[in-house]
Amino acid sequence: MTTDQWTTVADVASAVCLLGGAFLAFAAGVGVLRFPDLLARMHAGTKPQVLGLILVLIGLALRLRSGGAVWALVLVAVFQMLTAPVAAHMVGRAGYRTGKVRSDLLVVDELTSDQELARARDHGRAEDDDPRD
Amino acid sequence: MTVVVVVCGVLLTAGAFLAVIRAEKGPSMLDRTIALDIVVTTMIAAVALYAAVNRRADVVPILVVLSLVGFVGSVTIARFASVEPEGEGRVRTREEIAAQEAERIDNEDYAEESRRSGRREETDEHHGGGAEGEVR
Amino acid sequence: MSLHPRRHRWRTQWATIVWLTVVWVFLWGDLTIGNILAGLVIALAVTTGLRMAPIDFHGRFRPLGVLRLVVRFAADLIRASFEVSVIALRPRYVPRGAVIGVQLRSHSDLYLTLTAELASLVPGSLVVEAHRLTGMLYLHVLDVQQSGGIEAARQAVLDQEERVMRAFASDEELDAAGLGVRA
Repeated sequence: MTTDQWTTVADVASAVCLLGGAFLAFAAGVGVLRFPDLLARMHAGTKPQVLGLILVLIGLALRLRSGGAVWALVLVAVFQMLTAPVAAHMVGRAGYRTGKVRSDLLVVDELTSDQELARARDHGRAEDDDPRD
Repeated sequence: MTVVVVVCGVLLTAGAFLAVIRAEKGPSMLDRTIALDIVVTTMIAAVALYAAVNRRADVVPILVVLSLVGFVGSVTIARFASVEPEGEGRVRTREEIAAQEAERIDNEDYAEESRRSGRREETDEHHGGGAEGEVR
Repeated sequence: MSLHPRRHRWRTQWATIVWLTVVWVFLWGDLTIGNILAGLVIALAVTTGLRMAPIDFHGRFRPLGVLRLVVRFAADLIRASFEVSVIALRPRYVPRGAVIGVQLRSHSDLYLTLTAELASLVPGSLVVEAHRLTGMLYLHVLDVQQSGGIEAARQAVLDQEERVMRAFASDEELDAAGLGVRA
């Protein structure tokens, strides 16, 4: 294939990736609006968002095709994959500690029961022992 | 290519708009944090779309900065999230504001009177609520 | 291994310094001597200025395990995003979530963190709380029905941990976790 044909293939692939990424970003927005609970909304904010961003960055890389900027896009994708779960974890933990999580909406809630067990055990003991970290 | 740009733009705008609606509804600050994180990521996608269409490589540092800002913002708010009192999560209507103001003025008048009449009474003034139950 | 305190710290932090230099070079995009030197200087400044706990990595790098991990993770990531999108866009369907606790078998922070990160990005689960000392991970499952039940979700996380350990752990760590060495 000639260079021109490779260019067209890359453009088409880039368009497909951009469309997929935008669709996933839209699904993330719908999810965060529709889901019933704080923890469920975090799912919407993590998974489709990360993959959507990766697809959009792949689309951009296919359009740019050369140059140092492509490496920075790899970096952005790696950052997102590393940091999105951490942000979701911290938000979830803060939600538990400030009482924003409604146990009645969950089928099973082992974290609350474990926390209550730990608190009961700590009240039984005289010393102040924090089981968390 | 124009079709692709328009469709992508519409999808991204719709997603961001829905996330902003969630940011308004709340009901807690953590929901708003997640919603605004999605808005920031949609901004990254939009800037990347613009760069892809115009084949510009010099806006790529914006993507790096936005992704870091989104992450640091969410983590900071989650770190300092506190227990919010009931009813603080939504915007009050005009009647509710008037009723609360009237109540506050009544309380202050009562405090003034009791002070003037010589009784030593502890008045409890909440200046918007402190950081109760700050999350460590 | 040298017991001299300063030399010991350099040895355990050289990986961090290399990684930070790579990040700096990636940011600039050009692989020039100036970029590499600047990256090294900044990496050294960051690692000496900010006291962070050095990561103890006693494992090996197993190429086959890493390949399996990466491929399976990519497939899971794609599947996860579409599953969440389907749940989000399906009209009149409200997902029933659950929070489950999973006891991990490894005794290291690194594998706990890796498993937590990967488990957050794959279908169904999101890490809500991690107890480092006991090795306990608490995950929120988005839809119990779609994950195949609570026990299936628990087993999925344990499988993820097994893939991580088979990619990076040394033989002693595998034995301590109860996973035999695969032929």
